[in-house]
Amino acid sequence: MNPPGQLKQTPLYPDHVHLKAKMVPFGGWSMPVQYGGILDEYAQCRKAAALFDICHMGEFVVEGDRALSSLQGIVTANLDTLAIHRSRYCLMLNEQGGVIDDLIVFRLSDKKFFLVVNAANIDKDFCYLQKAIGSKVHCVNISSETGKLDLQGPYAREALVQLCPDIGKLKYFQSDTFSLLGEECLISRTGYTGELGYEIFYPWSKTKIVWQKILENDKVKPAGLGARDILRIEMAYSLYGHELSESISPLEAGLESFVNLDKEFVGRNALLKQKKEGLMRRIVYFTSVDRRSPRLGHKLFSLDGQEVGEVTSGTFSPALQKGIGIGLVSSGANLSKESIFFGLDQKNRVAGLLCQKPFYKQGTLKN
Amino acid sequence: MGNEEEYMYTKEHEWVCFEDNVAIVGIAEYAQSALGDITFVELPDVGEDVEQFERLASVESVKAASDIFAPISGKVLEINKKLDAAPELINKSCYDKGWIAKIEPSDLDEKGNLMNAEEYQQFLEGLDT
Repeated sequence: MNPPGQLKQTPLYPDHVHLKAKMVPFGGWSMPVQYGGILDEYAQCRKAAALFDICHMGEFVVEGDRALSSLQGIVTANLDTLAIHRSRYCLMLNEQGGVIDDLIVFRLSDKKFFLVVNAANIDKDFCYLQKAIGSKVHCVNISSETGKLDLQGPYAREALVQLCPDIGKLKYFQSDTFSLLGEECLISRTGYTGELGYEIFYPWSKTKIVWQKILENDKVKPAGLGARDILRIEMAYSLYGHELSESISPLEAGLESFVNLDKEFVGRNALLKQKKEGLMRRIVYFTSVDRRSPRLGHKLFSLDGQEVGEVTSGTFSPALQKGIGIGLVSSGANLSKESIFFGLDQKNRVAGLLCQKPFYKQGTLKN
Repeated sequence: MGNEEEYMYTKEHEWVCFEDNVAIVGIAEYAQSALGDITFVELPDVGEDVEQFERLASVESVKAASDIFAPISGKVLEINKKLDAAPELINKSCYDKGWIAKIEPSDLDEKGNLMNAEEYQQFLEGLDT
């Protein structure tokens, strides 16, 4: 479809160009980082509803008599207790307990599952899955034929009900097949912003129709990856390549609640060993004392000036009106609530305060 | 704040205009637009001596942190304190309400190192190609 080295385009690329979006490379794709201003798009999502082009993300279908038992051995969540029309956030690990990817597993039926994975990891994940699952389970990569739109914000339900009355019944992390503008599609009440919202999986070539139709509503505006990053950091959601990687375990990343150690899965033994011997690193969440923001590339320091770790994500938080950050620190670091510092070097460090996640607590996601 | 055509510019997209031998300094539209929403401005201290093309202030936006350089050497007479609480003034009004500092120039000959509006316009056009 695209020559190697060239950025891939979503079916909405011409729409983004038409809307004068600033396009940037992201995970091998040319994606809109902003249309107007990032802070305006952020506010649009927190206060009304924003529409995001997420077509770059990957989708797989895993189906067959052994689909459940195969996936059980691969992901960290217990899928035995996952009801049909429900979905669960979880991770796929390597033998060392590092994260191959984070994903959402949807149960479509008894024997059929739908997996949503990160754009940059599609090929890696699919190769791994095929090998790990074996030939007895049907596993298909439908990423190139599946478009994805995220409609997020307190007004999202009202906006989508106008096009698809039945979605009103969907509860948080519930999904179902609906008829939307003449096509059967999967709609899930999930998102990456902390607000009430939906993820719409639609035939790739027709996604444009849904995008344009939703945007006919004046109360919905398009938002880019710039706003999306601030929204997710305010919720302290992990981003692969930042808080998660093949050398970071979910325990270190603070995601133990998405790991069920009572069942067998790849990486479990490594995690049990980590638990027994103690973690090398841990994740921390902190706010800046003022408007200065931590950023990727900043180091973290303790009060005595020791370098104790690094910032994995940081931004200015419009909700808190100050900088917020997520970082990994060595477990032995001597940190108290009021003694974390961030900056490019020790000399230019800025004071921060450790806090609990999420940074933003007024989200409407469960409304 | 004066006539925009009388402003002078640096290659780093700072502007300066002179009123009664006081140099008023800010960042140009090109820099404002490239930085995006500005969230923090670190201002110099009043009384501080600054050198032409050396660091005067720094700004942080939702995208990046960036230094602002002094278009002219001299002593900082006044700073725009409004930027502490409202750094977005730079986005909204970079040539007027979003000014950063006023400097008492120590060597007006340094103006020769700056571009006038026409030269700066040509410089911008060169950047686009």
